[in-house]
Amino acid sequence: MEKDKIKSLATFKDEVLDIYPKKVGKKRAKAIVFGDPDSIPEIQANVRTVPGIITQRGCTYAGCKGVVLGPTRDIVNITHGPIGCAYYSWLTRRNQTRVDHYDTNFIPYAFSTDMQDSNIVFGGEEKLKEAIREAYELFHPRAIAIFSTCPVGLIGDDVHRVARHMMEELGGDVNIFGFSCEGYRGVSQSAGHHIANNQLFKHLIGKDDTVNGSLKYRINVLGEYNIGGDAFAIETLLEKCGIELVATFSGNSSLDQFQTAHTADLNLVMCHRSINYVAEMLETAFGIPWMKANFIGAEATAKTLRKVGKYFQDQELIDKIEEVIEEEMKLVKAAADQALPKTTGKTAMLFVGGSRAHHYQELFTELGITTLAAGYEFGHRDDYEGRVVIPSIVIDADSRNIEQITVTKDETRYNPRKTEEELKALEAEGLEFNGYEGMMAEMQKGTLVIDDLSHYEMERLIELYHPDVFCAGIKEKFCVQKMGIPLKQLHNYDYGGPYAAFEGAINFYKDIEQIVCCTIWKEIKAPWEKEEVLEANYAYYNV
Amino acid sequence: MLLKHTTAKEIDRKSLTINPAKTCQPIGAMYAAFGLHGCLPHSHGSQGCCAYHRSALTRHFKEPIVASTSSFSEGSSVFGGSANLVQAIDTIFSVYNPEIVAVHTTCLSETIGDDLTQIISKAFDDGKVPEGKKVIYCNTPSYVGSHITGYSNQLASFVKFFSTSTTKKKNVVNLAAGWMEPSDMGEIKRVAKEMEARTIMFPDMTGVLDTGLTGKYEMYPKGGTTQADMAATGDSKFTIGLGEYSTQDACIKLENKCKVKFEVIDIPIGLKATDRFIMSLSRHANVPVPDSITEERARLLDLISDNQKYFYGKRVALWGDPDTLIPLTEFLVSLDMKPVYIVTGTPGKTFDERMYNILKNVPGAKFKSGANADMFQLHQWIKQEGVDLLIGNTYGKYIARDENIPFIRYGFPIADRAGHNFFPKTCYVGATNLAIQILNALMDYQDMHCPEEKVEFQM
Repeated sequence: MEKDKIKSLATFKDEVLDIYPKKVGKKRAKAIVFGDPDSIPEIQANVRTVPGIITQRGCTYAGCKGVVLGPTRDIVNITHGPIGCAYYSWLTRRNQTRVDHYDTNFIPYAFSTDMQDSNIVFGGEEKLKEAIREAYELFHPRAIAIFSTCPVGLIGDDVHRVARHMMEELGGDVNIFGFSCEGYRGVSQSAGHHIANNQLFKHLIGKDDTVNGSLKYRINVLGEYNIGGDAFAIETLLEKCGIELVATFSGNSSLDQFQTAHTADLNLVMCHRSINYVAEMLETAFGIPWMKANFIGAEATAKTLRKVGKYFQDQELIDKIEEVIEEEMKLVKAAADQALPKTTGKTAMLFVGGSRAHHYQELFTELGITTLAAGYEFGHRDDYEGRVVIPSIVIDADSRNIEQITVTKDETRYNPRKTEEELKALEAEGLEFNGYEGMMAEMQKGTLVIDDLSHYEMERLIELYHPDVFCAGIKEKFCVQKMGIPLKQLHNYDYGGPYAAFEGAINFYKDIEQIVCCTIWKEIKAPWEKEEVLEANYAYYNV
Repeated sequence: MLLKHTTAKEIDRKSLTINPAKTCQPIGAMYAAFGLHGCLPHSHGSQGCCAYHRSALTRHFKEPIVASTSSFSEGSSVFGGSANLVQAIDTIFSVYNPEIVAVHTTCLSETIGDDLTQIISKAFDDGKVPEGKKVIYCNTPSYVGSHITGYSNQLASFVKFFSTSTTKKKNVVNLAAGWMEPSDMGEIKRVAKEMEARTIMFPDMTGVLDTGLTGKYEMYPKGGTTQADMAATGDSKFTIGLGEYSTQDACIKLENKCKVKFEVIDIPIGLKATDRFIMSLSRHANVPVPDSITEERARLLDLISDNQKYFYGKRVALWGDPDTLIPLTEFLVSLDMKPVYIVTGTPGKTFDERMYNILKNVPGAKFKSGANADMFQLHQWIKQEGVDLLIGNTYGKYIARDENIPFIRYGFPIADRAGHNFFPKTCYVGATNLAIQILNALMDYQDMHCPEEKVEFQM
């Protein structure tokens, strides 16, 4: 049955492309491909959205301030611009953070220079300086970050100059740095991730050589933002296995974590799209290898833990990991047994983010649910086709305007954690370093892969194929649900979660069971709107 | 503590806004555009603006909020967004086929000085706008005013593009609706109908942002002020503007363009503002007030008098938008409550003047409006001397929890509770809903926090 459903997808392109103006249709055609794990097709990604198309995408500021820096709790993040940008990024991503009484936590605050027309005309640097002074006087933070919004770049305010100036003025105990993350840069949030990565590396990473923690095996988890407590679940799991989590970028993070991240011996990359730059830089400068990891899905979590065990080549750790997996999988299995009878044979579609549309397919597979169609909001070709295609990606004007920083070996602290030979040996044992195979390697032949899905294409997908669950974000949620199809939000989890690690898998099983078993969808037609009622009445009156 | 770095000590703060009590113009323009039937809002700027506005409105209404964007790149920011907008118009009409596209600007397109008049006429010249379709526009620079200003500018553009006067004025009263909930608009329309007044409401979000689950997604639901009705506003004999900040501009434009006289009054929230609305509508629509409305008023008074002791003297802090805060504060005063702290980020003198008068008999009351007025300062005031009740949008929940204060969600956005789509706060029925909500909040608090021996079966 799933096979038939997949087969029926074949005509999708013919169904949707005709409506677009000719040039637009031609462009969209390149962003819609069919999965084939044996021969991965080329997909158009990370290119400009056609104006007027109604996209899911946001902007560079959202990727930088909202996504990467949003979860930081002890930095005063000041948005330099008119009020809106700070307002919309105020508590709207569910970045949880856990602090004790003495810890700093600015997450519930929005800071803005609230630029007025006079600042646009005469420049806003003085107001920004004053705002930094005020923030310092009120809160005495250890760090202040400044985020540029569209008009800031246009009027020529230099946030980096202001940062340097204010650092001098306020003395040495506050670190101040800026982000040129104006919304018009790049083609989506993705540019903002890159900009955030660069500045994290320049201004925070490696600032403190203190080796915190007592456990022998030290790792960082990159690209995990603690939506709904995902990072908490990962922290708990790693601790159970006896692995020291040095830093998470950036869920439930702190300045100390960022500053000492270079003391870890391995980087696990969750969301490849948003953080692979930091992983690369940590390797180049400090010699820390990175591996793609995934804590979404019980099997994926087990696989990730085993990779870590293998990397450190310590039998005690490997045994401990196996023990934890065995213990956790019992609970997972019980939850799966409960859900599977309800979920098996259902279908899903996922259009979200730059890694989630891939990772969550794992969970659906565990539930016996087939992914019919998937795509990213702001992924690049490598997130679809794998990192092997990176050399063949053409750098266009929209990528060229993102600062490329050159990172070199740290003179004193570069320390390759594994020698070339050791890495080769580990690779021979099945580990992959600096690699990511992308979403399409794991998608069934004939399924649909669509980049930067438009509102129209979304409507048609639902209309034509009636998936049992559609995964996207808040903007899509109620459109899809009006059509009688439940939408699971994979940005904010519909206020549920965590969905990471074993604990998260169990939560997800339950939530998807709830979604596919929800009965209200069956009540959409009123009794008097149902044909059989009319017929019955008709028959009655004709007696 | 959630807002653990907020202390009672204020500093002289001029440049840093912390926890704002407003947002930017374009979202107001987008919201207002949904009140026009068959209209697709279009954001002329970076993609992020449109995505943020759609998300913020969706969280509040839990309804489809669909709008398009010019998707500016760095190139368009340097060379101008003309090509983007023309292409957007072409794509929109090909794919989404609205009756009207309502374009608003952003800080980006305003800063580079894009001329919408010129760009849109180019789109017409290039044949990108199908016969009979409309493209309207307004300027909404984010660095001026607030979301309320954007709403007001969109309303004024409705008048500019649609209102037409023929030779004869009709016995119809326009109701220019300020920023309120669709449920609030629905209640005002119900009251007008009850009075048998002939009215045209604009904008009108009922039937657009409060639709049911039918199994069918309608990109352009059946509600909203129709183009025909919007055109006919020019032939109405009078306009009542509900809320000065959000409707006065539209009223003035309509008078200038079509000689329709107007009066701007408060949004009918609470007893006295509703009294004024009923009087105004009765006078200008030339209809008597039916007994049924008088009865609704009496039922409100009955509720208040029955529960007077729970209201009396209670200190309240409020934040939100001026057109709502003014009548709401006045209502609290009619309940003998003490609205002591009131903050809005929306600038304008009227707020200060009105508050000064409304709060004459509330000693020690503080209020503040404009770019420097924010929820951080409001919280500092609360730290200095506490209050018994908070009324405002969802951002207040952090203060409510830290300070252990009963909290009623009111205004925009309400992202964490249901109900605003269903229970109006306007007219006498709305005032009754509001008074009940206040009572419930205070009484629930008393029940949960008083000593055991003081728990009362009857209250």
